[in-house]
Amino acid sequence: MKARCLMVLLVALATGPAGAQSLFIHGARVHTAGSAGTLGNADIVVEDGRIAAVGPGLAAPPGATVVEANGRPVTPGFFGGLTQVGLEEVSQEEDTVDSELSFKAPAWQHMWRPEFDVTNAFNARSIVLPVARIEGITWAMLAPEPDDSLVAGQGSAVTLDGRFDAAFDGSRSLFVNWGSAAHGASGGSRAAQTMLFDQAIRESKETGAVGPAALLLPEGRAVLRRYLGGGRVVFFVERAADIRQVVRYAKSHGMKPVIAGGAEAWIVARELAEADVPVILNALEDLPQDFDRLGSRLDNAKLLHEAGVRIAFTWDESHNVRKNRQLAGNAVANGLPWEAGLAAMTASPAAIFGIGADHGRIEAGQSADLVLWSGDPLEVTSIADQVWIAGAPVPMRSRQTALRDKYVERVKAGTAR
Amino acid sequence: MRPLLAAFGTVVITACAAQPPAPSPAATQASPEPAGRAPFSSTYEAPAGPATLIRNATVLTGTGERIEGGDVLLENGVVKALGRALESPAGAVVIDATGRWVTPGLIDVHSHLGVYASPGVNATSDGNEATDPVTANVWAEHSVWPQDPGFETALRGGITSMQVLPGSANLIGGRGVTLKNVPATTYQAMKFPGAPQGLKMACGENPKRVYGDDDKFPSTRMGNVAGYRQAFADAKDYIEEWKEYDAELAKYEKDKEKGDDDATPPKPPKRDLGLETLAEVLRGHILVHNHCYRADEMATMLDIAKEFGYKVTAFHHAVEAYKLADRLAEEGVCAAMWADWWGFKMEAYDGVQENIAIVDHPEKGCAIVHSDSEEGIQRLNQEAAKAIARGRRVGFEIAPEHAIRWLTANPAKALGILDRTGTLEPGKMADVVVWNGTPFSVYAHADQVFIDGVLRFDRSKPAPPRSDFLQ
Repeated sequence: MKARCLMVLLVALATGPAGAQSLFIHGARVHTAGSAGTLGNADIVVEDGRIAAVGPGLAAPPGATVVEANGRPVTPGFFGGLTQVGLEEVSQEEDTVDSELSFKAPAWQHMWRPEFDVTNAFNARSIVLPVARIEGITWAMLAPEPDDSLVAGQGSAVTLDGRFDAAFDGSRSLFVNWGSAAHGASGGSRAAQTMLFDQAIRESKETGAVGPAALLLPEGRAVLRRYLGGGRVVFFVERAADIRQVVRYAKSHGMKPVIAGGAEAWIVARELAEADVPVILNALEDLPQDFDRLGSRLDNAKLLHEAGVRIAFTWDESHNVRKNRQLAGNAVANGLPWEAGLAAMTASPAAIFGIGADHGRIEAGQSADLVLWSGDPLEVTSIADQVWIAGAPVPMRSRQTALRDKYVERVKAGTAR
Repeated sequence: MRPLLAAFGTVVITACAAQPPAPSPAATQASPEPAGRAPFSSTYEAPAGPATLIRNATVLTGTGERIEGGDVLLENGVVKALGRALESPAGAVVIDATGRWVTPGLIDVHSHLGVYASPGVNATSDGNEATDPVTANVWAEHSVWPQDPGFETALRGGITSMQVLPGSANLIGGRGVTLKNVPATTYQAMKFPGAPQGLKMACGENPKRVYGDDDKFPSTRMGNVAGYRQAFADAKDYIEEWKEYDAELAKYEKDKEKGDDDATPPKPPKRDLGLETLAEVLRGHILVHNHCYRADEMATMLDIAKEFGYKVTAFHHAVEAYKLADRLAEEGVCAAMWADWWGFKMEAYDGVQENIAIVDHPEKGCAIVHSDSEEGIQRLNQEAAKAIARGRRVGFEIAPEHAIRWLTANPAKALGILDRTGTLEPGKMADVVVWNGTPFSVYAHADQVFIDGVLRFDRSKPAPPRSDFLQ
């Protein structure tokens, strides 16, 4: 009996601070991002924070909040990308930024600190969170930013509903910079990147005292060892030659690689598909921003999808993670099938980060992270009319809407001066 | 966090092409123009081509009108006629635009293409002369690399003209240049004929950070203001010096005419390239484009303009323009804005997605959508689309025929080229985009882009990159 009470309590906590009343969304165009595809005129039943049923002609549970969709689209909550949401308040104010670790050591004394985990710095009450979530971005991946090491550290996927314990179990990943982005951290040559990794891998298997030129401390050894046993490692890497090398290297050492950036991934799309390696990309990138990205092109997403590579989108801007949705729309405008664009914002990133059983689709049993849209969810003129996370309605307010309301009144009165 | 906008580089420069490049008082008064082409002036000439008749489109003219089932005739580089069922001149290329939309070419009032080119390597970092807080002497055009691949991706987004500015490291960053988005070997061959130059000024955090971090002046906002004021005070003195010289010279010439053989010619003051620029601003020949985020700082800048007698043409970035939208409209100052960037620094902390729609609301409001980004410049239409949607949510119904002005007529006005381009009116440059549907959509594509009547981009005929860098 006691055990059962405890279970109930845990479930209640897990459904979030707002608690979760039953919810019935009636008459929606439901984009499930799952095997059912899009359901033209369907209902969604939410109980205890989870989707209980989805389909046409369902009955509202007694006491449920009923929302009339009137044919508007509903999608799973969108993915915000690899971000520093909740890790930084104002990018250029260093003291408000917790996403990178730097001891300012000279290059020859750089140590790798894979044990650095930015999840611990996540601020669930950040001003930035409501700005993102009222636009339909319900979760994001916290990504540390490398400074003086190839290995940036770890991060987790988090819900953006404002709960303190926001990290999703099983989503923790290691982040590594590769190629020219890590040039300085690898002694000036990307050839040293595998060399240093070889050293770190060897050290991770040692148990003795830390030597004078060591890369890892004992804590770091343990963490790296864990990732060498099938852990997910996100490599920021752009150049086709480097992508191939990273995939082979990671796999041969027991890591499960994810490619982030991947401007030239389309060139090695077939190999990525065969190796079952996903790519998280910026679908707006079409310029040779550097010599690792000479092959950038707008249909990267389309080409990867056609080759059978699982893709998701990311946008390098924590304050504007809502723009990730625009990336998906642009990918579709450049040849990616619409359903694949939706999946790249929902089911695919959830699967990539190990939370696909609970998130990313509108299917019975999934967490009720839902967005009711004013129109096509990938269209820039559409707006999230209502967002639910774990079945609870998100208050559709942010610091920005407060400022807006204050000054819209003034300009309507002709007194904005 | 990592995307750093050419961040602290926002600068405006416009270069005069038709007029001589504002040679200081010295040149205008003392030395006659050399025969032929003025140094740094435009060499752009549109090649001759056939007339083009675009048929049966939804035409947004940029004047606020919308013509359904409209035809647009381009001939000899200009818009010849608009209307319904126009007659096709002999030999004209006819484009059936049924179901498609036609707008004026888009104009970005704030770009760093060419001065912060791709690839973004050290060698192409030419946008900020961050060695002194006042560098009114530099001209962005002298940094423009015409092979920047960003020009052609911008063309794909319907951009036909743009102002390329110095960055915003400095209080006064230098002169900006307005370019036609045409492939060329030299920047002079891209230069918009007759467009006035701009002056890039920057408020707030960037200048005080760039210099303050090295314990140099300015390190505070009050230091910034002292810096702008001293620069313009010096420019006033400079103008006076030249006036005195002109008077002495006139007297000398008169004396000589009278046969006074003892008359000695006056010695001209030393030319100062920076003060020449500011003197041209005070004369109204160079337009002020002022990077400024915060509303209170915009008000300070308007007071400085009043003190010295120049006009602020546009505030750029203007994240807080919504807080003084009525004042900006009353004073005839444009605000160039993003749809949703915010929070990357304190002065961008109060960003709202309704900024553009709010600034647009007062009767004389002059809202401009700008990019400051090689990505954003490809999608000004999408940025405007977002602003329309946000405006609608707060009760501002904004028709497409009105919103297109944020990307065409209003930036043209701010660049001093509205009499030549920015709207589809007979006699104006034939800078025209044919879109696959409404431009205000994430799915919009520019199908064809004409500059001075010449087809410069055709989506149905994919071409290899033209930049030498991508060969």
